[in-house]
Formats: sequence, structure tokens, C-alpha cells
Amino acid sequence: MKEILSKITKDYLYRLVKEGKRVDGRNMFEYRDIDIKAGEIEPAEGSARVRLGDTDVYVGTKMDVGEPFPDTPESGVLTTSAELIPMASPEYESGPPGEDATELARVVDRGVREGEVVDTSELCIEEGEKVWILFIDIHVLDYDGNLFDAAGIGVMAALMDTVVPASKFDDAKKEEDYPLPIDHVVVPATFTKIKDQILLDSQLEEEKIADARLTVSLNENDEIVAMQKGLRGVFDYESTKECIKKAKDICSETREKVIEEVGRENI
Amino acid sequence: MGSNKDIELIEDGKRMDGREFDELREITIKAGVLKRADGSAYLEWGKNKIMAAVYGPREMHPRHAQETRKAVVRARYNMAAFSVPDRKRPGPDRRSIEISKLVSEALEKVVFTEKYPRSVIDVFIEVLQASAGTRCGGLTAASVALADAGIPMSDLVASCASGKIEGQVVLDLGKNEDNYGQADVPVGYIPRSDDICLLQMDGNLTEEEYEEAMDMAIEACKEIHGIQREALRERYSTELKDENEKDLAEGV
Repeated sequence: MKEILSKITKDYLYRLVKEGKRVDGRNMFEYRDIDIKAGEIEPAEGSARVRLGDTDVYVGTKMDVGEPFPDTPESGVLTTSAELIPMASPEYESGPPGEDATELARVVDRGVREGEVVDTSELCIEEGEKVWILFIDIHVLDYDGNLFDAAGIGVMAALMDTVVPASKFDDAKKEEDYPLPIDHVVVPATFTKIKDQILLDSQLEEEKIADARLTVSLNENDEIVAMQKGLRGVFDYESTKECIKKAKDICSETREKVIEEVGRENI
Repeated sequence: MGSNKDIELIEDGKRMDGREFDELREITIKAGVLKRADGSAYLEWGKNKIMAAVYGPREMHPRHAQETRKAVVRARYNMAAFSVPDRKRPGPDRRSIEISKLVSEALEKVVFTEKYPRSVIDVFIEVLQASAGTRCGGLTAASVALADAGIPMSDLVASCASGKIEGQVVLDLGKNEDNYGQADVPVGYIPRSDDICLLQMDGNLTEEEYEEAMDMAIEACKEIHGIQREALRERYSTELKDENEKDLAEGV
């Protein structure tokens, strides 16, 4: 079911944007409160709950021993999935992941994979035979806008929280559990464009009137590791540059928050 | 992006297929190649072979997906099982679901959708032979197919990727460059309004490299735009010529 925004609400939102204001009084490039809690789910190898305003996302990781892909015999395997369950919004329906969930999972996955967040060579147990498979699952409980950042931050925190369960597997070579080897800390910043105004971290109503969306994922060296433009609208080239410039400060603040919560300094 | 340090992608300032850093692979587009579809285009881009077809505007099914004030542009990107070295399992996978969504969004911007409320414009992209850059090829071909179907549009979307191999920003990654390169930036561009309607990036780029890559991709899109227009001109100028000749022969 698709939720419809009343015309009066839309007009109000557009008027605010025109005046350079936001519904909740934030600045254009200000996040809502970010609350990150790592390690809340015991059976998971690693987990994180991220609340971005009222958007509420859980991320859990599980690990298993399996076969590597034939073209990468020395690397562990990473897979990211996202579920937009009916609990999170009247718009979501049960069933296999649709295109929105697929896009979300793939954009977040790209940040982790291309940003070389996890040292997958360390996840090789026996070349060509046995490697660690790392499952990352994103579970959205409450959708109030900007799932991309909530999920991206959650995945980063969950990975840093992850402990490789080597003791549970006879064939894992090592006998003791050890923290997942992390090489980089990648976090996203998602911008939306409404008319000619660009803003960070749109909440639900802003997202509903948004023309276009741009997610930029940066590592700790301010290098871009993944980007994605979404929605039907367009960006001009100059504003994409502007978003990248803005993302540098924004991402480094987010990154600090994640590191602070997970309390892991091994990178 | 893959990382196999053993593979050399640049030698003596040239790429393995002999191209310059900012050189496109050869692109040919033919408009109006299918009989049943309302519009179609066939594109060859390097070793890529891609067919695009358009049906509509027609009634939208399922009906709940209708939009009361405008048409929906619904693209479906699909790779044939035989299009890649290892057989691809038929049917949509996560990658093609994502590409279909992005291509739909990219095309919708140039179509005057408000002319056809409650209807759908179906765009089918079939990758018959894949060799890096199929989403850009698909989007480029789809624009031509839309125009061939006579759908009112503000412009043709042109699309091309740039990327980075061995620390060098290059245009239009080939198969090996895509597999072993360091970054890939597919771009969809609307020349008339100077807008970017598709943008993805994966790999590793600094801000400066991003700008270099974008400059390159946008220039290339302008060139591709020329090829697209030429394909349409070719298709319709011959048709008009044929009709003229027929008229002359019949003494009209």
C-alpha cells in the first residue's frame, strides 16, 4: 500500500524548503540524533542497533564455514541482505525482498566490499576449500526516512562488533574466537534533493517529496568507495561535487561516533 | 572491484586493447530493428551486444501500480543465460533488479510521462553478449528505442562509465579493466539540461579523481548522444527517402 501525502502537507514542506527550513528545525546538513548500540543481540556474531531519529534499524552478522567462490579461492565470502518488514511501515509488505530492499542491501554492500572494510584474505581457512562466510542482515523495524545511512552505519558498527566464532567450528584452524579483521571504517552520507535544495538525512516526509537521492560512502582517508544516485530526479554535476565535499566532515563525525560506541581501536 | 596485481592493464601509456585513456570502444546503434515492439534499438559497444525494446504507452497492470497523473516508465534489464562465460541462471537476480530500478528512474526524467496518465511504458533490455558496461549500453539503447517508439521526450539519455585502472582514470572500462580495475563510475547524462540521471560508483577514488572521471564520462556521453541521434536520423531519413522514391515511381 502506498501512503499518500496530503496536498496541504506537501505545500507546507515545499514552502519550508524554499525558506531554507526543515520540519524539525534542523540545519540542511545536520543529522537527527544518531544512537548506536553495538552487541545487543547475543546469538549474533556481531550486532548493532541504529536509531536515526525515529528510524530504527537492527543489523546482525552471522558466520559459517563454507566454500569460497572459484574466482577468489583465498578470500572469505561476504553477503548482505536487507528486509523491509511490514512492521516498519504500512507501505511494506511481506514476501521476498522487492527492489527497494534490494537497492538498499546492494548500496550498503558496495560500501563494505569496495571499501575493503573486512580483510577477507584473513577469512580464508584452506585455500580453495574452506573459508568463512560472513552474512550481514539488515532488519528495518521502524521506517522514518534515510534507511541508507541508518543501515550503513549499523553495518559498520556490527562488523566492528563481530567476533569470529572459531571455537564453535572444529575445522576453523584457530581454536579461540577472535575479532573480525577490519581494515577500514566506511560510513555513508545520504543527501536528498528537494526542488533545488540539497539536504542531509531526510526524515520520512522530506523523503516522500524528494526528487533525487545521492549516497556517498567514504573511508577514513576521505576516499570515495561507493556512490549511488537514486529516485527519479537528477543532480547536476556541480552539486555532486558539493555533496562529496560536505560528506567529508559529515562522515568523519559519524565514523567517530561508531568507533566510540564499539570501542575498538584496532584500525 | 577485483584486485589481481598480476594482471597488467596499462603498457607504454596505452590500454591493453590499444585504446587511449579517454577513448571509447566502438559503438554502433541501429534503431527500429524489431517488428512487434513499438520501438526498438540494437546496440553494439565493444563486445557488448544489447537489444532494447519499448511497448506502450499501454494500460498498466497490475492496476495498483498505476499513477493517476502520469505514466510509469518500467524498465527490465535482463541478461541472457548465454551472455557470459559461465551460464547465468535465468531470471532476475539482485544485480538486475537494482539495474532495472536505476534505469527506470533515469529514463523517466526525459519522458513526458504526464501525457499518459494511468499507463505504463515498458522498456525491455536484453543483454545478449556482455563485456563490461552493459547497464550503460542498455540505458543508451533504451533511450533510442523510446524515441523510435515515438514517445515524446525532452532528450535522449546517453550513458557511459569511467573508472580507474592502475591509478589512472580512464574512460569506458573493458572486461579486464572492469574485473581488475580500482573503480567504476557509470554515469547517465542528459545533455540538453546538463543533468545527471544515473550515477553509481564503486571502488576507490579521491575527490580529484572523481572529478576527472566525471569530466571524462560527461564528454563521452555527449559523443554517444551524437551516435544515438545519428541512429535515429539513419532510420527515419531512409524511410522518408523510400517513400519519396515510391511516390516518384508511382508518379504522384
